[in-house]
Amino acid sequence: MCGIVGLYLKNSVLESQLGELFEPMLIAMTGRGPDSAGFAIYGDEVGDDMIKLTLQHEDEHYPWHSLAEILEEEFNTAVSVMHNANAAVLKLSAEEMPVRAAITDFDDSIRIMSVGHSIEILKEVGLPQQIAERFTLSGMKGSHIIGHTRMATESGVTMEGSHPFTTGMDLCLVHNGSLSNHNRLREELKKEGIQFETENDSEVAAGYLTWRLREGASVKEALEGAIEDLDGFFTFTVGTKDGFAVVRDPIACKPAVMAETDDYVAMASEYHALSTLPGIENAKLWEPDPGKVYFWGKG
Amino acid sequence: MEFDLKTQTVRDVNQALHDLPKDQETEVVVNNISGDHNLAVGMDQPAKITLNGHAGYYCAGMNKEAEIVVNGNVGQGVAENMMSGKVHIKGNASQSAAATAHGGLLVVDGDAAARCGISMKGVNIVVKGSVGHMSAFMGQAGCLVVCGDAGDALGDSLYEAHLYVKGKVESLGADCVQKEMRAEHIEELSALLKQAGCDDNPEDFTRYGSGRNLYNFKVDNTSAY
Repeated sequence: MCGIVGLYLKNSVLESQLGELFEPMLIAMTGRGPDSAGFAIYGDEVGDDMIKLTLQHEDEHYPWHSLAEILEEEFNTAVSVMHNANAAVLKLSAEEMPVRAAITDFDDSIRIMSVGHSIEILKEVGLPQQIAERFTLSGMKGSHIIGHTRMATESGVTMEGSHPFTTGMDLCLVHNGSLSNHNRLREELKKEGIQFETENDSEVAAGYLTWRLREGASVKEALEGAIEDLDGFFTFTVGTKDGFAVVRDPIACKPAVMAETDDYVAMASEYHALSTLPGIENAKLWEPDPGKVYFWGKG
Repeated sequence: MEFDLKTQTVRDVNQALHDLPKDQETEVVVNNISGDHNLAVGMDQPAKITLNGHAGYYCAGMNKEAEIVVNGNVGQGVAENMMSGKVHIKGNASQSAAATAHGGLLVVDGDAAARCGISMKGVNIVVKGSVGHMSAFMGQAGCLVVCGDAGDALGDSLYEAHLYVKGKVESLGADCVQKEMRAEHIEELSALLKQAGCDDNPEDFTRYGSGRNLYNFKVDNTSAY
C-alpha cells in the first residue's frame, strides 16, 4: 500500500491556498498509509547565495536559537530561524556541506530533513491528519507540494523510514511499492559514498537518484535509469525546485491518477484524493503510462 | 430510488441494493460519488443502477443480472468476476477491468488500462478506446473487442478467449497469434458492437487467438514460459 499525492499550481493566485488545498488530499490517503506521513513543500524561496534547511529533533522544545548562534558565529552571517512543532527552518548565506558538518558537530541528534533554496520536508510517525495538524499544513503557502502516507512493509515504522526522502538540493522522493534488489543496490551505492540511515527500500531509491543526479544526470535521465536499475514495484513522485515528476514501473502494479486544469496539475494514488480539488469535475483525468517519465513545472 | 454519497455511506447504499426485490426491476440512482470503492458490488437482482461521478476500485464487482451505468471513470477491477448483466462505463477504466469475469457485458466508452480482461472466463468486453499491456492475459473464454489500440503482450498465455482489435497491437504475448476472420467471427463481433452501441465496421478488425502451443507443458517450450 502507501499513498502518494502531489499538487503543482499553474495559477500563482492559488499559492496562498496550497496547504489548504493539499491537506484533504493527504488525509484522503489515510486508508493506504496510516503509519506515518510527510510532505515536501516548495515556496518562500531564498536567493542564490543563501540556503534553507529544514531540521527536526525529537525534542519539541529544542533550543534552535543556540544552534543559530553557533552558525552565525562560524559563518559570519545572519541566520533566521522559524519554528514549526519539533522542526525548524533555518536560512543563511553559506555553502551546504560546511553547514551540514557544523550542525552535526553541534548535535548529531539533529536530523537534516532537507537542504535547498525552496524545499521544506516535514514528516512524522502517526496518522496523516495528526501530521497535518502538527505542522499546520492547511496554513502553508507555496508553488507545489508532494506528500506520502505510509503503510510500512519493508522496514519499521519510524520517522527515518517515513517519506519524503531527500535526494539532493531541493530534491525529494516519495515511493509507493516495494523494491526487491535494494540490499545489493545499497551496498553498491555505499561504495559510491552514498550514506544510508535505515534498512528501508525507498531510501535506496532515493540514494540511487541522489547518486545519478550527483553524477550529472537530469531528473528525467535519473528516473529513466531507475526504470532499468531498480527491480520491484514502484510509483515514484519526485519533487524538484521547479515542479514534480511521476514515473511508474513498466509492470505498473501500483496505481496513479493525474488531473489537470488551467489552475493546477495534481497526482494521487487514487482518484478519491483528488475529489476535493476545485474544478475537478471538469479536469482532464488520466492514468500515467507505465515506464514513462512525466514532468510538470516551470520552464 | 435515489442515494447521495455526500450524506450516505457506501455500506448503506450496498445494503439497500442487496435488499432490492429479486423478482422486479428497480431503478436506482447514486449521486455524488467521489472515488468511493466497492460500489454496487455483489448485485444479484435485475436492478438498473446509475452511478454519477468517478468510482473507485472494484465497482460493480461480482455483478449478476444488474445493469450498471457509471457516468464517470472507474478505478481498478471494475466488474471483476461479473457473472451476468451489463456494466457500462462512460469514462475510462483503470487496470484489470472485468478480471476473471464469467459472463455479462462490460462496455468502456473510453480507454481501459493494463490487464483488461485478465483471466476472463466468459465475459464479453467492448472497449471503445484502447487497452493497456497484458490485456486478456490467460483469457479462457468470452470476447475482448478493442476499437482502439492494444498495448504490449496482448493475449499472453491465451486459452480460448476471442480477441478483436481494430487498431494497432503493440505486441502479442506468448502463444497469441493473428487468426483468420471467418463469417462466424464477423457475426459474433457485429452482435457485440451492436450491443455496445458502436457503429464500427467489423471488417476493419483483426482477430487474435491462442496458438494452442502452451496448453500443456512441453519441454521444448521452456523458453516461452
